[in-house]
Amino acid sequence: MPETLALKINGQLVEVPSGTSVAAALLIASQPFRLSVIGEPRAALCGMGICFECRAVVNGRAHRRTCQLFCEAGMTVETNL
Amino acid sequence: MKSFDILVVGAGIVGSAVARECALLGWQVGVVSGGTLAGSATAAGMGHVVVMDDSPAQLALTAYSQSLWHQLAAHLPKSAEYEGCGTIWVAADDEDMVQVPAKHALYARFGIETNILSAAQLAHAEPNLRRGLIGGLLVPADGIVYPPAVASYFLAEATRLGAEIFPARAVSAAHGEVRLNTGAVLAADRIVLAVGADCKLLPALPIQRRKGHLAITDRYPGFVRHQLVELGYLKSAHTLTEDSVAFNIQPRQTGQLLIGSSRQYGSTGPEIEPEMLRRMLDRAIEYMPSLDNLSSLRTWTGFRAATPDKLPCIGSASGLSDDATLWLATGFEGLGITNAPGAARLLVAAMTAQTPAIDVTPYLPARMKAQVSMPYA
Repeated sequence: MPETLALKINGQLVEVPSGTSVAAALLIASQPFRLSVIGEPRAALCGMGICFECRAVVNGRAHRRTCQLFCEAGMTVETNL
Repeated sequence: MKSFDILVVGAGIVGSAVARECALLGWQVGVVSGGTLAGSATAAGMGHVVVMDDSPAQLALTAYSQSLWHQLAAHLPKSAEYEGCGTIWVAADDEDMVQVPAKHALYARFGIETNILSAAQLAHAEPNLRRGLIGGLLVPADGIVYPPAVASYFLAEATRLGAEIFPARAVSAAHGEVRLNTGAVLAADRIVLAVGADCKLLPALPIQRRKGHLAITDRYPGFVRHQLVELGYLKSAHTLTEDSVAFNIQPRQTGQLLIGSSRQYGSTGPEIEPEMLRRMLDRAIEYMPSLDNLSSLRTWTGFRAATPDKLPCIGSASGLSDDATLWLATGFEGLGITNAPGAARLLVAAMTAQTPAIDVTPYLPARMKAQVSMPYA
């Protein structure tokens, strides 16, 4: 069994294997990463830090590219509502 | 040869404003523009509509222009992104704060309402400013626009009234004739050079290119609420010789933040200079430390058209040229957006022998005759 850790995604506690990217955690939690200017939900596309589609609010900081971040215990991740 | 009442060379916000004003008179107007319409300083600048008190003449022109912006605001298209967000001049120390009541009194003399802010009121108005700032001066009637969209609106108004646009470069413009690089020759009773810092058509104009850097961030709605400018800005904007930076930040409708500003003479290439950009951003972060956590999307540079006395050239080219058909609307430094509506009105008043709304003497190009040899560092 891999080690797991817990983080909060849009207020919900989510448990993921350590080494999981925040983008993967958002997909596991079935949450939109961000809402576009016209309110469309968006999710990771390139997965390698180029397209900026996967931005979310991480630990209160907006526009973090979640595909480039690993999950940490106690982290908060929020869709930019 | 095609003939006009007036040919405007340059389709930045100033040229476009002049074209519209002349078209409103019922004149036959031609506009000559070589590059992208409004693609030069108009596209590079911040779009801050601001009353500036660096000299009585600048204050008179910016206050007059601001009143015209207020009249325009209701007619501008949504794309112009006009917002009456106001400016806050930020005082960092006692020396800055001394300027605040003086500025308040001076603006009042020109009919511009301002509010003096205490340290607590400043912190309440702009929570992301660093603690420990002394206060500020709010100028509620200042605003912001997206300048290329305004220029495009002015040109659309002019063409709706019959103006013609010639997408070509003017290779000469004198004695009632404008020759284009396409070989075409246009004739007009009057020619207006609204060419910003590009003075090839009248080399006698003592205008220097003054480079500036800007950065724009991702969307952070509500992070900044007013245009914020450090009170030390005038010191920075005034120096004629040294490179300088000043804290100047603007909230766009999209939630993006435009961050400025830098001023440089003698740097003629458009490339980003990492050292200037660093100094500019460090200055901004000094006033607003949490800026350091935001992502910047793009940086760019542009060139202001600077005259030796910091005032624009509006009026007949007499004194710089013996050509009675030649008129000027250029040399606005960092205030071309603010002053475009006022300059267009004043120029048209001069061309039609009407009484102008304010005294135009300080802006007459002829004053430059004595300054042609004034040295720049």
